[in-house]
Amino acid sequence: MAKTKIVDIVANPETKREYFLPGNATCQGCGLDLALRWAMKALGPKTATVSPASCANVVTGLWPKSAPDWAWFNMAFAASAAAASGMKHGLIAKGKGDYNVVVWAGDGGTADIGIQGLSGAAERNEDIIYVMYDNESYMNTGIQASSSAPRGTVTTTTPYGKAKKKKNVPMIVAAHNVPYVATCAVSDPMDLYDKFKKAKDIKGFRFIQILTPCPPGWRHEAQYTIKQAQLAVDTGVFPLFEIENGILTLSGKSKRLHDPTKRKPLSEYFSKKNQGRFKLIDDKLIEQLQQDVNEWWSWIDRYLVYQENLEI
Amino acid sequence: MVEEAKKWEIIRKSREERPKIQSWTSYWDLPPASLSFPIKGCAGHTGDWRTFKPVINQDECIKCYHCYMYCPEGTVLIDDESGIVSFDYDYCKGCGICAEMCPKKCIEMQREV
Amino acid sequence: MVEPKFFEGPQKGNLAAAYAAMDANVDVITAYPITPQTTVVEELSSLVGEEEFIARNQKTQFMRMESEHSVAAGLVGASYAGARVYSATAGQGLLYMTEMIHWMVGARLPVVLSIATRGLTGGGWNIWADYGDIMGLRDSGIMIQLLGTHQEIYDSILMGFNISEHPDVMLPLFPAYGGFVLSHTSKPVKRVPWEEAQKFVIPKRDEWEHVWIDSERPMMTGALIMPQSFYAEFRIKAHEAQLKAISVIKDTMAEFEKRFGRSYGNGLVEPYKADDADVLMIGYGTIAKQAEDAVDVLREQGYKAGALRVRTYRPFPTEDILKYIKKTQIVGVMDRAIAFGNPTAGPLSTDIMAACQRYDSTRNAKILPFIGGLGGRDVTYDDQIEQFKILFDLKEKGEAPKKPYKMWGTYWTGLITGSDKVPQGEEEYFGDI
Repeated sequence: MAKTKIVDIVANPETKREYFLPGNATCQGCGLDLALRWAMKALGPKTATVSPASCANVVTGLWPKSAPDWAWFNMAFAASAAAASGMKHGLIAKGKGDYNVVVWAGDGGTADIGIQGLSGAAERNEDIIYVMYDNESYMNTGIQASSSAPRGTVTTTTPYGKAKKKKNVPMIVAAHNVPYVATCAVSDPMDLYDKFKKAKDIKGFRFIQILTPCPPGWRHEAQYTIKQAQLAVDTGVFPLFEIENGILTLSGKSKRLHDPTKRKPLSEYFSKKNQGRFKLIDDKLIEQLQQDVNEWWSWIDRYLVYQENLEI
Repeated sequence: MVEEAKKWEIIRKSREERPKIQSWTSYWDLPPASLSFPIKGCAGHTGDWRTFKPVINQDECIKCYHCYMYCPEGTVLIDDESGIVSFDYDYCKGCGICAEMCPKKCIEMQREV
Repeated sequence: MVEPKFFEGPQKGNLAAAYAAMDANVDVITAYPITPQTTVVEELSSLVGEEEFIARNQKTQFMRMESEHSVAAGLVGASYAGARVYSATAGQGLLYMTEMIHWMVGARLPVVLSIATRGLTGGGWNIWADYGDIMGLRDSGIMIQLLGTHQEIYDSILMGFNISEHPDVMLPLFPAYGGFVLSHTSKPVKRVPWEEAQKFVIPKRDEWEHVWIDSERPMMTGALIMPQSFYAEFRIKAHEAQLKAISVIKDTMAEFEKRFGRSYGNGLVEPYKADDADVLMIGYGTIAKQAEDAVDVLREQGYKAGALRVRTYRPFPTEDILKYIKKTQIVGVMDRAIAFGNPTAGPLSTDIMAACQRYDSTRNAKILPFIGGLGGRDVTYDDQIEQFKILFDLKEKGEAPKKPYKMWGTYWTGLITGSDKVPQGEEEYFGDI
């Protein structure tokens, strides 16, 4: 599938219009804001979103005003995957099975408290799209580490730096052998758009992880949101890929980053100068982080090696 | 009394017929549970948050629309006819991503006066 | 027309519940096993593929969830879409779904969820009848009905949708019955013929009045509401709906009786020889049903005893209970649940005492709290005769008798107190250790 171009988006009134309305309560330079904006351009208005407790429950508006120009259901923290499953079945019962049902959950609501529901819905291959917008901590409650925060991250509950590595959620979901798993980052909105577009037309459980930098939480200036996501991709910290029916393809800039020598050095991303949350990162931690990144890629390698053998 | 109690049902009507913003004055008029309606600027005129505002140099602009693409808020406007880029200053929060990501560097962040 | 596999005859309580949900033509069922509820969802998983229902083109969707929290969340999601939903749980499972139960109330979703009550755990597992699980949710805003017979399980679930989905109510309804005592025993149960059930059960609606999914009418629910905004008012709305449900429950019971010839009092309370009684025992569930036997025995002995079974606990049928207390003035209240640290340790007895305080005619009634049958322990009708005798003692001597198992003003029926503390002549009050 050829990559959609921005001119195509602008030329089509259906994609040019904004579904996540401007003037919402997201911070300056919010990654979630950008991700949701582009996801909805792909999904369109026939969508019902279920969103567990997260920034997305608050920035979408205080009662009685809201920013999403489509059906949006705020949900209890651990409940979104199950509620979305039920909603899809309810819609089918009411003759509205053509609606996309989308979970819009943060990393805490996915990797931590929501993972049971996520796994259950994935195992049942529910016909929903589960989106994990990953800003790598509990930002809404004031920046507490989640299991999706990288090693060394300073948050209000890890003042000496997080001691454990980041949880690999896409691979956990992929282990359920669902039809579609993808990662994307706000650094490439068109890639994000295309992945949602593709996901929309697939039946069954679809999972998309989006890296969404958070200026107040990551402690960088608002204008660098895109650059932070770019750097995470370029250093190999956050590989972009799709797994369709068990076959993994690297996408976007990550395609050529399978070769570690082509990646930017980790110290460009994990540095005090780059992001305030990495203020405690030293050389020893960089070594450990390199190990974490290698482990992350080893999962991709397993796919690629296996796929090579498939072709023989 | 029944009609009084069903006053709230106006919110069930079509998008055009229902009120743009719900405004309730008492317990007795309220619907059984809360629901919100979409509106631009649900958090107010977020343009007031800005310290710096984006200003575009139209002569240099190549209409690549990276500013439109990267704007988190959706406040970069593109004229349907001419394709010229402008900003929705009512809601632009002034994050500066457009200026940062502009390949021609023709968007400047100017201090609000 | 396919002959139903079961229509009338001895049936387990749990299976009666499953048939009732199918006969109410539910759209979505979410399921997770927990003793003693498990056979409800087991049966449902099989009924959705049963010829009888397939022949009718009934499209009930059965969702096998991965936890009770997800069972309740699934119901919330399906109900948001406007579907008729049902599930069942018990004990710990009910506790685990508590968060979503409060959500159903706040979002005003008409869920019917039946409970095979069981003892709660911590000190030790217990899976037998004890209403501590459902009583823990008495102030959550759900409607609670406490059932006494197998037939009542079937009938209450069928009636449940008419109450829960009534536009004036729109609250979840939890019919609860004792685990094992009703769930796993069999007694005659009669189903309502399909066509008649469809005529009785409230017609389905395209969407609920206050929430919908429509791309032309976008909306959001569950937004943050500031303290100065209408949060408190929305909460009070749910209380108002509880009070409105009182007449809806009565009307539904009357309509059910008219059509099918069965009734359970007025739907709120079921009196038994209570009108001319000298003393009255109020209770709920199977124990209260059994109290009717005790009343009969006592009446034969010349004691004018009466019983009142509270069938609907939330909304609290204040008027209907006080009507009988006003007449008798000497009242026992039997709880099969413990509310730790509350004034009487019994949820129902405390509620009744509080309600009595509001009216001159009941303010001076003498009310004795009883608690027994916890964790499925048997309460025999001999025990209940004993309880009545305590009430008659109070009536004749003007004073509640001392008993070794009376502590802190509450009679702990069936309490094991140990032989060394048995006062002379009162051995019969103790369990044999």
